[in-house]
Amino acid sequence: MSDSTARPRAARRRLPRVNPVWLLLAALILAIVFMNPGFVEPTGYMNFLKRAAPLAILAAGQVYVIVSGGFDLSVGSLITLVVVGSSMLTNNDPSATVWVIPLMLALGLGVGAVNGAIVCFLRVPSLIATLGMMITLNGLAFLWSGGAPRGYLPDTFRFFGRELIKDVPLVRFIPVSVIVLVVVVGLLTWLMHRTNLGRQVHAIGDNPVAARLAGVAVNRVRITAFMLSGLSGALAGILLGGFAGVSTDVGTGYELQAITAAVLGGAQLLGGRGSVPAAVGGALALTAIFTLLNFLGLPQPVRQVVQGLILIAAVALAMHRREETGT
Amino acid sequence: MSLAEDTPPRATGFRFERWAPLILLAGAALIYVAVAIGTGQAQYLTLDNLIAILGRSIALGITAIGQTFVILVASIDLSVASLISATAVLASVVMDGAPAMILPAILAALALGALVGVCNGLMVSALKVNPLIATLGMSLIIQGCLSAFVSNFAGKVPVAFQVFAYGEIGPFPLALIFLALMAALAWAVLRFTRFGSDIYAVGGNEEAARFAGIKTGRVVILTHVICSVCAAIAGLYLASRLRSGAPWIGSDGVYDLESIAVVVIGGTVLAGGRGGIWGTMAGMLIFSLIDSVFNIAGVDSFAKQVLRGIIIVAAVAFYAIRSKRIVA
Amino acid sequence: MTAPAPGSAPMIEMKGITKTFPGVRALSDVSFDVRAGEVQALVGENGAGKSTLIKILSGVYRADSGAVLLNGEPVHFAHPVESLRAGIAVIYQEFSLLPERTVAQNLFLGREPRTRFGLIDGARMRRETREVLSLFAAAGRIDPDRIVGTLDVATQQVVEIAKAVSTGARVVVMDEPTAALNEAECEELFATVDTLRTRGVAIIYITHRMREIARLADRVTVLKDGEVAARFDEVPEPAEIVRAMVGRDIADFYAAPATAGEIGPPVLTVRGGGNAVLKGIDLEVKAGEIVGLAGIQGAGRVALAMALFGQAPFERGEVTLSGERVDFRSPRAAILGGVGLLPGDRKSEGLVLMQSVRDNGMLTSRAFAPLWASDRRNAHADTTGMDGLLDRMEIRAASYDQDIRALSGGNQQKAIVARWLSMRPKLLIFIEPTRGIDVNAKAGIYHLMRDLAREGAGILMISSDLPEVIGAADRVLVMQEGRIVAAFGRGASEQEIMHAATGGAEVAA
Repeated sequence: MSDSTARPRAARRRLPRVNPVWLLLAALILAIVFMNPGFVEPTGYMNFLKRAAPLAILAAGQVYVIVSGGFDLSVGSLITLVVVGSSMLTNNDPSATVWVIPLMLALGLGVGAVNGAIVCFLRVPSLIATLGMMITLNGLAFLWSGGAPRGYLPDTFRFFGRELIKDVPLVRFIPVSVIVLVVVVGLLTWLMHRTNLGRQVHAIGDNPVAARLAGVAVNRVRITAFMLSGLSGALAGILLGGFAGVSTDVGTGYELQAITAAVLGGAQLLGGRGSVPAAVGGALALTAIFTLLNFLGLPQPVRQVVQGLILIAAVALAMHRREETGT
Repeated sequence: MSLAEDTPPRATGFRFERWAPLILLAGAALIYVAVAIGTGQAQYLTLDNLIAILGRSIALGITAIGQTFVILVASIDLSVASLISATAVLASVVMDGAPAMILPAILAALALGALVGVCNGLMVSALKVNPLIATLGMSLIIQGCLSAFVSNFAGKVPVAFQVFAYGEIGPFPLALIFLALMAALAWAVLRFTRFGSDIYAVGGNEEAARFAGIKTGRVVILTHVICSVCAAIAGLYLASRLRSGAPWIGSDGVYDLESIAVVVIGGTVLAGGRGGIWGTMAGMLIFSLIDSVFNIAGVDSFAKQVLRGIIIVAAVAFYAIRSKRIVA
Repeated sequence: MTAPAPGSAPMIEMKGITKTFPGVRALSDVSFDVRAGEVQALVGENGAGKSTLIKILSGVYRADSGAVLLNGEPVHFAHPVESLRAGIAVIYQEFSLLPERTVAQNLFLGREPRTRFGLIDGARMRRETREVLSLFAAAGRIDPDRIVGTLDVATQQVVEIAKAVSTGARVVVMDEPTAALNEAECEELFATVDTLRTRGVAIIYITHRMREIARLADRVTVLKDGEVAARFDEVPEPAEIVRAMVGRDIADFYAAPATAGEIGPPVLTVRGGGNAVLKGIDLEVKAGEIVGLAGIQGAGRVALAMALFGQAPFERGEVTLSGERVDFRSPRAAILGGVGLLPGDRKSEGLVLMQSVRDNGMLTSRAFAPLWASDRRNAHADTTGMDGLLDRMEIRAASYDQDIRALSGGNQQKAIVARWLSMRPKLLIFIEPTRGIDVNAKAGIYHLMRDLAREGAGILMISSDLPEVIGAADRVLVMQEGRIVAAFGRGASEQEIMHAATGGAEVAA
């Protein structure tokens, strides 16, 4: 017996609230413009978007897993495997791109499916499962390339990450990666916020027991979320292969950046709440912070420290807000 | 009335979880013997070789002892690998070949460990940050700070300190005896002190612990300090063995994930409240045996990494698959 | 039985306690006291304010106004630890025991005796555990080194009470302690309570079972809708307590029973159903009828529901649904086959709290639509759309886009019913349909269940609230230890059902 009837929380403000990540992003962009006025030119912001695209796509995929209640730490090494694997498979043959890219997307989906299956059927918490996957994929990337990847990706492959579409009215040029970004984020936003899948991803992250008893195919939905994250990892790998070149550490650290971006965008750890556009906003904000650190001439390792601090602060703030609002 | 309402009390007889680490250990030992004989390398079946096998996992064992404490209170520490690197470099830089600086270096490393532990504990218990995220963030911060200062082997460990890794008492390496003593101490703390009892209470049912007047926040912080100090000791050991410290020795050893895997294989549950040190030691043995099997069988080092990832997941699955809970 | 010394001063006195939660007045001006060496029964329906009152006493909540006096001195507990230190122990229904630790470790949690060296004195702990346990009839059965999780519920409860005694509690609060006990175990508990009373402990005993009040109580206080409805210095006739508790005419509270014409062919038939918990289940639910399922906690009622729903399937026997043999291995299969289930714990098993009323209602229909279909599909407001169904449920919400957490328990329950209506189930299983729902909303749920039955569904209602089982169901089945042991038509008495549920009835062969 309990007298704990649902108590409506006092004075719930139902005004449309702006997600703080957009304010943060706006402030950061103002700071960048202040330090480098050239940023308002298409070359400035388009290059920024181009650089941010892989992380933004990755964050959009990661949100699915976070909202479903898990983590996907394998995407960083998946990126590495995609880049290394593509360079091995294309072997400097430009015509190979046609089949290598679909193959890599399938690889991403497959890795996601395996992650999801390990979580659903072997009941291994996703953190451990995807960390194990991270080690395994890293090992595979080394194994495949013999430890020292060689060669470059052919230009046809690098088209997506590197090329610009010139003579576009208004903005003069658009990088292909930005087009990929817009299309992918649009699709993932629609899927998350306008379809049954999205509502069910939210539901299994919020209360998996209730979802199962209501008939939700919890495993199917969860595996789909991991597959989308894997797919986003493969896409990010294809873009990064375009402008970062081939090495065995291209993807290192991206998994944590993606989680940081999603959390900055207000995604709730352990599930139930999160937004694809806001995670993309988080990714842009994180990239903007890194850009600022570059302007300030701070060395690379400082990025790591700052990112660690942001990650902790974002989660701590979210917890604080939750305690205050009691949600 | 919840779904669990009708569950009858658990059977009193054979409790699978209790014996699982030993069953696994026996299995690993069998495989080891089989592979050694199968590949015609019976010279690997001596006591000396067993000691050598153990000697390779001392850093992992020390880290895992600490990890056991945090996992028992239902927390976790993913910052141990970076901390191992940081303390190894710190100690090696402070010593820089001078025997007089050994003690200050040790104290500095332990102090760094304690500081990181307090920070982790505070983030988890006071700021209520998810421990995975808190310690991952901490790991980034440590690794970033470390990389800002050093990019390769730095400093030098004087010969006197190399005794820690290379010294022997009788047939046993000094470090192995040290590990055994640490395990015994940890066991005694968990078994015979109020703090140990509090740890199980906090991990088992935090609310009940708080209602019983236990200062749960303090218990969580203390376990994190223990975990980080253990990682610092592991860093000291590695510095002694490698004769210097480098910023990648922790992450190369995957000590974060492997220490968690060792603890879980040893029967300590990730949800906290159940498990112990002897299981963790059994887990460590299992891992060293598997490693040795790879060595004897001549598995390529990259393939070894692949297999390791799979084994870790399989080990957790071995326990997890029996639960009915939905995990995410 | 020792009566309290007349005129002795109260050990605990609560004066003019008022507590408001946003939007709900949980307690208004409640006064209550208990003396050393007496059992004060606190009775009232679910939601009457009993738990809130106890939580204020133990320091979980803070009263808006009013005072708590311990031995005449005003006290302010900010935390349960403080009330425990002051000698007030509350034994909740959810035990606070650590299942992985031993009996002795649990008894001395947080205050283990220590040796000179600061280590835990295991020998003394065991000895003192034995001493404390020797007060109880169950003492012989309990080894101090036994892991608590391996004890049965009744013995765990003894450990829980022993824990309270060993802390030196002078006031012990028991919240429906017999909910999970069979008849013999109840007797043992009563003996324990008598032991405590003779030792001068003040006992607050929360229950709504008249038999226990008659057996144990020295005085009775009845709460209703957050106010003291009656106070008896001597235990009155049960009818008098019930009148004070319910305070209204039972007749129109429950919907009218099914007439013979409304009951159709069997919807569900189970023959010899069994699994790890259930044994030899024979069951029939007809279209248009509400079958009540009574029993104590742990009798297997939920296990039966979960077997029918495919969550913990039958391993033996055969199940027929609308004439077809079925064998559901998952809730999804059961739902597709035409079964719906309203879980007993709305918060942890029913609701998706971060989502809106409409999303909660649509959870099931979405689960069976294509993943990529628009989430607005079938949300429309006409009679077949979700908004239409929610309208029909008369859910009070500012908007169906509102978060469901902000709604009252009754409205939340209706949203879950709406979830099933969109699937047109043949069999609906309600588990504790009115738990945590305020009295006025209860009637709404009963009428809703009756309406669903009239539309041709068979309804199986599991409830621990005996008046509800008797009033709302057309037939009552009683379960005990995984079996159905008795069946009653309409008009069974609480005593008959309790007798069957606690082992009085012959176990069906």
